[in-house]
Amino acid sequence: MPLMYPLVFAAFLFSVGVYGVLARRNAVMVLMSIELMLNAVNVNLVAFNAYLRDQLVSGQVFALFVIAVAAAEVGIGLAIVLLIFRNRETVNIDEVDLLRW
Amino acid sequence: MEKLAWLVPALPLVAWAVLLLVGKRLPGGGAAVGILAVAVGWVISLAILFGIIGGADAYHASTEWAPIGAGFDLPLGMTVDGLAAVMLVVVTTISLLVQLYSVSYMRGDERYTLFFANLSLFTAGMLIVVLADNLLLMLFGWEIMGVCSYFLIGHYWEDVANARAAVKAFLTTRVGDLGFMAGIFVFAWAARSFEIQRIIDGVETGEISSTTVTLGAALLFCGAIGKSGQFPLHTWLPDAMAGPTPVSALIHAATMVAAGVFLVARMYPVFEASGSVLNEIGILASITMLIAALLALVQDDIKRVLAYSTISQLAYMMAALSVGGYSAGIFHLFTHAFFKALLFLAAGAIIHTVHSNNMSEMGGLARAMPVTFVTFLVGALALTGIAPLAGFWSKDEILTDAWNAGFGGAGEAATSQTVAQIVFVTGMVTAFLTALYVGRMLWLTFGAAYRGQGHPHEADAAMLFPLVVLAVGAALAGFVGLGDNSIATWIQTESLPAHGPVPLNVGLIVATTVVALAGLAVGTALYRRGLPEHEYLERLPLLWKTLQRKYFLDDLYEQGIVRAVVGALAPATYWFDQRVIDGVVNGAGLGTRRLARGLRYVQSGQAQWYAAALFIGVIGLAVLVTQVIGS
Repeated sequence: MPLMYPLVFAAFLFSVGVYGVLARRNAVMVLMSIELMLNAVNVNLVAFNAYLRDQLVSGQVFALFVIAVAAAEVGIGLAIVLLIFRNRETVNIDEVDLLRW
Repeated sequence: MEKLAWLVPALPLVAWAVLLLVGKRLPGGGAAVGILAVAVGWVISLAILFGIIGGADAYHASTEWAPIGAGFDLPLGMTVDGLAAVMLVVVTTISLLVQLYSVSYMRGDERYTLFFANLSLFTAGMLIVVLADNLLLMLFGWEIMGVCSYFLIGHYWEDVANARAAVKAFLTTRVGDLGFMAGIFVFAWAARSFEIQRIIDGVETGEISSTTVTLGAALLFCGAIGKSGQFPLHTWLPDAMAGPTPVSALIHAATMVAAGVFLVARMYPVFEASGSVLNEIGILASITMLIAALLALVQDDIKRVLAYSTISQLAYMMAALSVGGYSAGIFHLFTHAFFKALLFLAAGAIIHTVHSNNMSEMGGLARAMPVTFVTFLVGALALTGIAPLAGFWSKDEILTDAWNAGFGGAGEAATSQTVAQIVFVTGMVTAFLTALYVGRMLWLTFGAAYRGQGHPHEADAAMLFPLVVLAVGAALAGFVGLGDNSIATWIQTESLPAHGPVPLNVGLIVATTVVALAGLAVGTALYRRGLPEHEYLERLPLLWKTLQRKYFLDDLYEQGIVRAVVGALAPATYWFDQRVIDGVVNGAGLGTRRLARGLRYVQSGQAQWYAAALFIGVIGLAVLVTQVIGS
């Protein structure tokens, strides 16, 4: 399989993630979009690992790392979202602008 | 022993630091620390001088302090030759006696310890100047003295007049120092070195052009004018009488004012190479000795009489140097140190008991203070130049040098004959005036009846001891100029070989003695009965007014310079500082705040806006890297 396919797929996946992060208002959806972006990177890592036939399979190892970090990140993210919802009864991130001037 | 010479200035410096830090907690206010430091220095100095007298070579040690590239470095070194050795002995002797005297004189003063600390630092400054082998180090010591004179003249700063006198002394000498600094840079630039020996070598080999030498020497002399109180920068010296009397003795005898003469002597081969500068020195010295001696005639304050006398005697030294009398100038500096310190300290003893500086409130003290009277008399006659006291030999040598250069056709000096003749004639006139004001001072202080308050009494032994020592010095110091191994031989260098003992000119000796005795006789005739109701010079209203106003020089400086500075320059610089300098600083802060007030709306708190900015930035960077830099 040519390298082109997974790369185009990953780029598409990443763009969907970016759109989700920038455009969705629901904080949970934003977190899910971030997962999409991370997974697009994972696809790239695995694709290049296969393409370069790396003996140490460092691409795959890194993909596992990214998955682990993503799990941790989403755990913290969801906890924050949960706390915001408890305090403000909303998860709409347009309304969460406590850090403005 | 000469290797230990660095200890001589170092010890008073240490004493200064110790006195400042813990002096007040030491027994006796810490005076012993300063005295001990300078006493050890005195022993070392004497050992060095006796080594030189015994024929020891000059010792030079130098180390690199800080290299600054371009072939320049800042050296740190000392030259221990005959000139330095003689000066070391003079400075440490006078400083030691002055400090011993101050123990009693300053007793009960609220800034007693600080006073001794400043005396130590002052002495250290002068000793650094004396030992310096390069002009930068000399300037360093020079400025230490400048600031110490400010502290000491303003010792009683509660009185505004004293504080003003201190500021005046500081600023007036600073005018000369500016020239000194410019001169240092001229020579450093021309000789590619700050070291005095290298500069002198450069001048003697002709490596430095004669124009540069003239310019540099004239600028260096500006520094000497300021420090040594020569016309037209002499006005600070009489006002410096505001300080305690021991300080006046120290300033006027050994340190500070002697530094200017020493500078010219140290750089003498440079000055010798430039006839026009020597002429300038001769003319200025002639003016100075004459006008200062005239002013001394009309003063009521005994310390001011002595101050003008110092200015006049310093002019003698400068005049000696201007007519090629290198050794005569230093010889006079040496003898003058003894009798002028003696006169000041004796005057201090009188002021201490009379509680007034004014001679109109003295009189008849010969009976009340016999020891002070005798010592003062020795100093006064030495100043007048009565044989065989110290001042006679040195003043005679100066006048002999001037005579030889002006009329004798010796032709050794680069000075023009006319200038030497002027120096000789004014020197003789000044010798007469000196005797006249000395006679006036003696009779007004010690003769006739007491005019002041209370009962004057003799000072205590701690104050009389330095007086007696100095009186012996003032009587005998002149003999170092006699014989084959005289002071002229001690201070000779390769560039300045001694001319052998100056042959005694019997005609001149008779002439100077007659002039001095005539002056004393006129003084006696006029002031024998004490203070006249009207001063005799009041009959010449124009001269009287001129002398009372000190030749209008103070008025000129006050109206011309001080008013211009205070009235226009100071407000202008204040405005510039407040508006332009502070404006830039404050403007930077204010501008940032104004800018931030507008820019802070970028911080909307909308996380998605930040993310969008981040993505746009990343895309922008990617485009930049791939399209612009990569291609």
